Amino acid sequence: MAAAVRLVARRVAAAVLVLWGAASCAFFILQLVPGDPVNAIVGSDAMVGAEQRDAIRRQYGLDQPLFDQYVGYLRHVVHGELGDSYQLQQPVSAVLSHQLPPTAELTFWTALSAILGAVLVTILTSGRSQRPRRISTVVELVIISTPSFWLGIMLLTVFSFRLGWLPVSDSGDGRSLILPVVTLALPMAALLTQVMREGLLTAMEEPFVLSARARGLAEHTVRSRHALRHAALPALTLAGWFTGTLLGGAVVVENVFARPGIGRITLQAVRDRDLPVVQGVVLLSAVVFVVISAVVETLYVAVDPRLRRGTGVRAA
Amino acid sequence: MSAGTRGPGRRCSRPGPGGQGRSRPAVLLAAAFLTLVVLFALFPALFTSGDPADTDPVHAFAPPSAQHFFGTDQLGRDVLTRSVHGTRYSLAIGAAATAIAMVTATVWGLAAALLGRFADAVLMRVADVFLALPGLLLALMVILVMDKGALSTTAAVAAGTAPGLARVVRAQALVVRLSGYVESAIALGVRTPLTVLRHILPNALSPLLVLAPVSLGTSISAGAALSYLGLGLQPPTPEWGTMLTESQAYLQQGWWTALFPGLLLVATVLAVTAVGGHVGGHARGRVLS
Repeated sequence: MAAAVRLVARRVAAAVLVLWGAASCAFFILQLVPGDPVNAIVGSDAMVGAEQRDAIRRQYGLDQPLFDQYVGYLRHVVHGELGDSYQLQQPVSAVLSHQLPPTAELTFWTALSAILGAVLVTILTSGRSQRPRRISTVVELVIISTPSFWLGIMLLTVFSFRLGWLPVSDSGDGRSLILPVVTLALPMAALLTQVMREGLLTAMEEPFVLSARARGLAEHTVRSRHALRHAALPALTLAGWFTGTLLGGAVVVENVFARPGIGRITLQAVRDRDLPVVQGVVLLSAVVFVVISAVVETLYVAVDPRLRRGTGVRAA
Repeated sequence: MSAGTRGPGRRCSRPGPGGQGRSRPAVLLAAAFLTLVVLFALFPALFTSGDPADTDPVHAFAPPSAQHFFGTDQLGRDVLTRSVHGTRYSLAIGAAATAIAMVTATVWGLAAALLGRFADAVLMRVADVFLALPGLLLALMVILVMDKGALSTTAAVAAGTAPGLARVVRAQALVVRLSGYVESAIALGVRTPLTVLRHILPNALSPLLVLAPVSLGTSISAGAALSYLGLGLQPPTPEWGTMLTESQAYLQQGWWTALFPGLLLVATVLAVTAVGGHVGGHARGRVLS
């Protein structure tokens, strides 16, 4: 029990450390951004007098020493206040919470379809015959080598412009979600399949597979019920990591398909030098990373009963 | 000599784990294509007579034909000429970014592994923070700090790659540091800097060399992605990413303006990965044996 408490405490400490690091990294890197932040606030070509500049500086706390700014920033972050956007005349937390649902929707469907697709392809291509595996390997390699923005553009060209089956940009219904999800899910599924199939093929040579076969289980049962579990742990780690980076993928895909969301707002903030929004996005993705890591840890235990004994850390 | 050539040959014909062993013809094809792409980058004028900036509005959106193999874009510029001239930007940014990332990662990883527990803890926590963020976000922060252009694109791509590689170097350096030959070097009284340079560095680099081609491939596509997002090279530079940005407004009129630069990009990344995976497989085999 004490060991479990210590384990949880250590995990929480590590998570806090990552969040603090991300906040600090965002704060200090953005201090290096050249130019007067007042220009970003008023728009660079606006004529603003020295007095007005000072007033704006005071309003955003930019007149204080750097260390005071940093401490103040951390204090606000702890209270969930992320400052005001330079450009959008809104608090950053409002901007982010407004843009989060479309990106979360995109991420959820991407992760779900990629994982299901990868499991299906893995089971279908891990049989005795080499041919499906060879074909699948080549297809996976091509998909992984294809940048998502070009994949998105090509899907748009074929399915929206040539065939006219799907809407060109966000139309508000589920159909406009199909192409962005496919664009993001294909590379993720290809990568997962590679890892999972390697694990499955290794597991298929284990003695427990022989004993399962000897008990007369059908081949697909052996593969999907017994061997797949063993292939699932590394795939789970990879899937968690990939889901965390989907925020990066969303920057690209939301721009290709003109969807609203965190990715779109991030790119706009970088173009406009809207630093508080960039800081907010950095913090948000650190939080996402921490949450996903915790979920993945929990899933380890669900997938692998061997981890349930004791504190549950030995094999993880 | 004959044993040396037979061993690797047998290894690559076996479909090994991780998709490492591709058959020889595919690798040869990839190597030939890669040579062609490098020639595109070095001597674009050998392959196209035109100027990538030449406009010809009368023949805008001409579909692929014998005159324009890849068609023309919205200003009547020849897409083939622009694609060939664009090769050098993508290759140069990808290669430079990979080199910068690898050097940074080597220094970072070795410092963490060799400078004691405190340095290790600090350097690896920093890497953890960077790894917690998507690579693209790190790249965007670098672009905010520097002016847009080839230099900031390269630095941005490198920033997205280096932290992961640093962990790999550190892990390997920790193993190498405890190995017998390093212990004997220390016991023989070899000075520390020399031990690090001669014995630890070369052996700590081997996993990095295996990862290098994959890294080069992703760096080439990441550079193009940044340019596509309007944060890297700027139009009218005939870079693959900027060409794709320009093409997106005209997908209805001229799909070929988007198809061909992208195909070239995918084929290049694929060829780099295939050839690199093959060479990397050999390198790993040699290190292990």
